[in-house]
Amino acid sequence: MSRASRSAVGERLTPFLVPVLIVVLWQGLASAGWLSTRVLPAPTAVATAAWTLTRSGELPHHLAVSFVRALSGFVVGGGIGFCFGLANGLSRLSERLFDSTMQMVRNIPHLALIPLVILWFGIDEEAKLFLVALGVMFPIYFNTFHGIRTIDDGLLEMARTHQLGSWSMFWQVILPGALPSILVGVRYALGIMWLTLIVAETIAASSGIGYMAMTAREFLQTDIVVVSILLYAALGKAADSAARGLERVCLSWHPAFGRGQA
Amino acid sequence: MSSVAWQPSDPLWLRRTVAEPGTETVTREQAPDSGTHEAPLDFCGADNGEAVVIRGVGKRFGETPVLQGIDLSISPGAFVAIVGRSGCGKSTLLRLLAGLAEPNEGQVLVGGAPVQGFRPATRIMFQDARLLPWRRVLQNVGLGLRGDWKPIAAAALAQVGLGDRGGDWPSVLSGGQRQRVALARALVGRPRLLLLDEPLGALDALTRIEMQGLIEGLWREQGFTAVLVTHDVAEAVTLADRVVMIDHGRIVLDQAITLPRPRRRSAAVFAELEGAILSRLLDRPGGPAAFV
Repeated sequence: MSRASRSAVGERLTPFLVPVLIVVLWQGLASAGWLSTRVLPAPTAVATAAWTLTRSGELPHHLAVSFVRALSGFVVGGGIGFCFGLANGLSRLSERLFDSTMQMVRNIPHLALIPLVILWFGIDEEAKLFLVALGVMFPIYFNTFHGIRTIDDGLLEMARTHQLGSWSMFWQVILPGALPSILVGVRYALGIMWLTLIVAETIAASSGIGYMAMTAREFLQTDIVVVSILLYAALGKAADSAARGLERVCLSWHPAFGRGQA
Repeated sequence: MSSVAWQPSDPLWLRRTVAEPGTETVTREQAPDSGTHEAPLDFCGADNGEAVVIRGVGKRFGETPVLQGIDLSISPGAFVAIVGRSGCGKSTLLRLLAGLAEPNEGQVLVGGAPVQGFRPATRIMFQDARLLPWRRVLQNVGLGLRGDWKPIAAAALAQVGLGDRGGDWPSVLSGGQRQRVALARALVGRPRLLLLDEPLGALDALTRIEMQGLIEGLWREQGFTAVLVTHDVAEAVTLADRVVMIDHGRIVLDQAITLPRPRRRSAAVFAELEGAILSRLLDRPGGPAAFV
């Protein structure tokens, strides 16, 4: 192995140094008995719990339930936000009609609606879908709207002088021009999606990762609680990576995303 | 520019691109309301250009008159340069010709018909290239073309000496290369009137001279009518048959340039003409003194 490639590997591994040290320290403290398993079980205990739950089928089941909730809420809320963003970005009339309403609704913290949502939907799927959709809607809406409005006027004028039809204008100029901003909204919305789902599942649910954590709490199974928390972290990270991947593919023309960027 | 194949002496742009069979089906996308005729893809020489007639045109922005009583007629295939200080209204005049704005009074006729909105036979080139950054160079050139557009766009790109850059993103091109792509895009639909709004203003001196040669060569080859707005008098004298000067919204000079082409800047007559126009441009109360 040459010196250059060795230092490249080293550079890639450096960010993981601190997390690994923390886990080692955590394991050491737990094994030495300085850390009560009630407070924080050892990493090995957490791993064992995760393995047992996976083998029993419990974990995959809850994971799938949470994933479907997150995804459907994202699709519904993101879809609505995107449509309003498009309409208000393209039409001044639509903007006058809807924009201030959107601004008003946005100022309600959507998690504050949980009591009302439970009254409306009970603890069924609709409640979670509603909350996630509501939370995801606004970042997508604003970034779509903003993306369309900030497209270079020169490009729009140029496209008009080339007599592009409204369909080509949308697909070739407006949508790609707004895409960087829309994808920022998507990344932001993904964060809100998990946060909303965690809260909603923790408070009112009969399945899902949040439910798994709350049940474990009642039986003082700290290891399962930690597994749930780590699962949420992993899911959040996966969603963010997916969004980054989307940026790399869709914005390959962009100097900041396309070439030579990890 | 580092490794660009094209040089002013390169006869690439003089070579006629051979229309391939079946290319007749390629047309510009048209807005439903544009009733004007298509520029034919097959054409011969000078009768490709369209006549421009401007009659008593005035344009105001709010209360401020920008153009007043402009009368100008340009014969088909001519190259006219419009010079003037910034803010004199020359760009506004170009926008009227393009149909990007409408006059408050008077009439603008292109090819015998009043200008109403954008026309497929008119193309405009701006100071910035205005390439779509999310489309590759070749797709930018073929913007709005239908049918089997790729060979046509590739031929246009080859004409400006960038035949090998079709697959690149615009962001990796230099400023001069971007303007050449914009030129290819303007010419790909065989316009009959080409409007140039200070297209070389942002380029360095060397690239600018190269581009002037390129534009002149393509104009001579394709025979479109060209209207160039510029504040560079030397550029106007290099390229134009006529130099029209606008000051405070009015035409104050209409000078025919009959020097043989291609014109040499070092020639005495050239320098004399350039000097005369430049001093006319600066000749107003407080004119030259204002720069000292």
